[in-house]
Amino acid sequence: MQFKPYAKGFAVALSLAVLAGCSSTGGTQDGSMDGTSGTGAGGTGTASSQGMGDGQGTSGTSMSDRDAIPEQRTIYFAFDRDTIRPEFESVLSAHAEYLQSHPNTNVVLEGHADERGTREYNLGLGERRARAVEQYLTVEGVSASQIEIVSYGEERPAVRGHDEESYAQNRRVVFAY
Amino acid sequence: MKRLNLWAASLLLMLCAGMAHAELTIEITKGSDQAIPIAIVPMANGDDLPENVSRIVSNDLERSGRFEPLPRESLISRPSSSEEVHYQDWQQLNSDYLVVGKIENQGGEYRIQYELLNVNGQNRMLGEVVTSSRDQLRDSAHYISDQIFEEITGIRGAFSTSVAYVTASGVGDDIDYALSVADADGHNSQQILSSDEPILSPAWSPDGGKLAYVSFETGRPGIYVQNLATGQRVRLTSFEGINGAPAWSPDGRKLAMSLSKDGQPEIYVMDIASRDLRRLTQSDAIDTEPEWAPNGRSLIFTSDRSGNPQIYRYDLGSGQAERLTFTGSYNSRGRFSPDGDAIFMVTRDDSGYHVARQDLDTDRMTILTDSDWDESPSVAPNGTMVIFATQEGTRGVLGAVSADGSASFRLPSPQGDVREPAWSPFLD
Repeated sequence: MQFKPYAKGFAVALSLAVLAGCSSTGGTQDGSMDGTSGTGAGGTGTASSQGMGDGQGTSGTSMSDRDAIPEQRTIYFAFDRDTIRPEFESVLSAHAEYLQSHPNTNVVLEGHADERGTREYNLGLGERRARAVEQYLTVEGVSASQIEIVSYGEERPAVRGHDEESYAQNRRVVFAY
Repeated sequence: MKRLNLWAASLLLMLCAGMAHAELTIEITKGSDQAIPIAIVPMANGDDLPENVSRIVSNDLERSGRFEPLPRESLISRPSSSEEVHYQDWQQLNSDYLVVGKIENQGGEYRIQYELLNVNGQNRMLGEVVTSSRDQLRDSAHYISDQIFEEITGIRGAFSTSVAYVTASGVGDDIDYALSVADADGHNSQQILSSDEPILSPAWSPDGGKLAYVSFETGRPGIYVQNLATGQRVRLTSFEGINGAPAWSPDGRKLAMSLSKDGQPEIYVMDIASRDLRRLTQSDAIDTEPEWAPNGRSLIFTSDRSGNPQIYRYDLGSGQAERLTFTGSYNSRGRFSPDGDAIFMVTRDDSGYHVARQDLDTDRMTILTDSDWDESPSVAPNGTMVIFATQEGTRGVLGAVSADGSASFRLPSPQGDVREPAWSPFLD
């Protein structure tokens, strides 16, 4: 958290330098630059400039294709539920149509939970929601090979706050192209 | 790169200074009625040192919930050795025990001489000389706390242990995560990993030399093991789906974990040397948060196979799983007491999520905390305290509660969210 005020690009060099510089206080030190090398995984679909980090996703997508990706890329869920709410069926169908017409495009379904309950269990809940979306898409005819699931559980809240309004915005599945 | 290095060099001092201010501080929130009164006389020559040994000992003992140190202002005299003690004075103050001592600077090394005295028995229980460098003064103070604690309670002190924890600041796509290790009292924090992707579930190897944890640094979750002395680390797993909840076997050779590569999250055990993987559970549910029994013969884990999360025990001999928790509709993230006789967990009731203890002989559950957003309980290696994550306002902070719920304290952080505490094993 000490690195917050500085550009992320400096964080690797800083963490190594700092730990070397402060090494008299103990033996722990950063062992790898990997820690800061992970790129944003799409979150709410606004992190496109950073790419997906694994060679999938945006790499083969042209600008005109990008324009065709359905604009609404987040759907929401009820507490402790993974059922698709009727108001989001049209959103899912639009994505299904897009993915079918772009068979070389892959999507990562990012599953999220609200903060209540334990973290590892919430990873399971987030995955369940993403799987429900995956099932909907494959039933509509999307190839399973175009879909990957990553559950973030409660680790990436869209909104902070201990009220139902915040929780409702955090229980979500995000389409990250 | 040149420029980066220059930047790094010029910011280095600032960050070192900043680290000192990022320490977690201690706030006692609840003292026990049963706490033993003890007088800790400030050691002679101890006030001008970089660390106040007497105060650290006093804070350690108070934090344990088992002791109530007398306030400094009520100390009527300041003896520095047993010969100078008038026991009647301390009996009048209703102090059961008395700690006296002095510190001498001998050519840059500190010679800390302390004695523990029984006020009613009017006898010396403990007397020792500890030699310490300037940098070791805090460690020496924790060592003295350990000796006093064990002499009086008969339980090994856990003041010289560490806590690993995760911090996070920001929201949505813009969150910075870090994994840190600090002394059990929150001091000497050192960041060992930072990332803009989630880090969770740190777990200490039984020898205290390594941490296993989950990191999303590649954009996908993986289980990593990092050597704390050398900083070397390896990625043990990066299967499709969840790679979560690493838990060391008592012999340090295996890691239990939750993987969803075959569909639902299931419990697996990996042999670390060979990377051989054995699947333990077969259920159409979320199975996660494994924890080995101290004797290594069984594991507990969380499963929602009954419709809501409950804690089960998997017997490695029979291959059978039995449900352990039946009180309430949400029990998860079980952690054994060091003797294996009880489990600590997160339970939900009408007011929220709390830390609870269930004794395995009676199956009786006791809720230990009155805070409502508790998670990630982790038990001290001597079984006396449980550290956990909770909320203060909208901030994540660490709290700790005694195993019987009678005493508690908080470790607020100056900034960001603090969560996922993991109490180290004994480190010597």
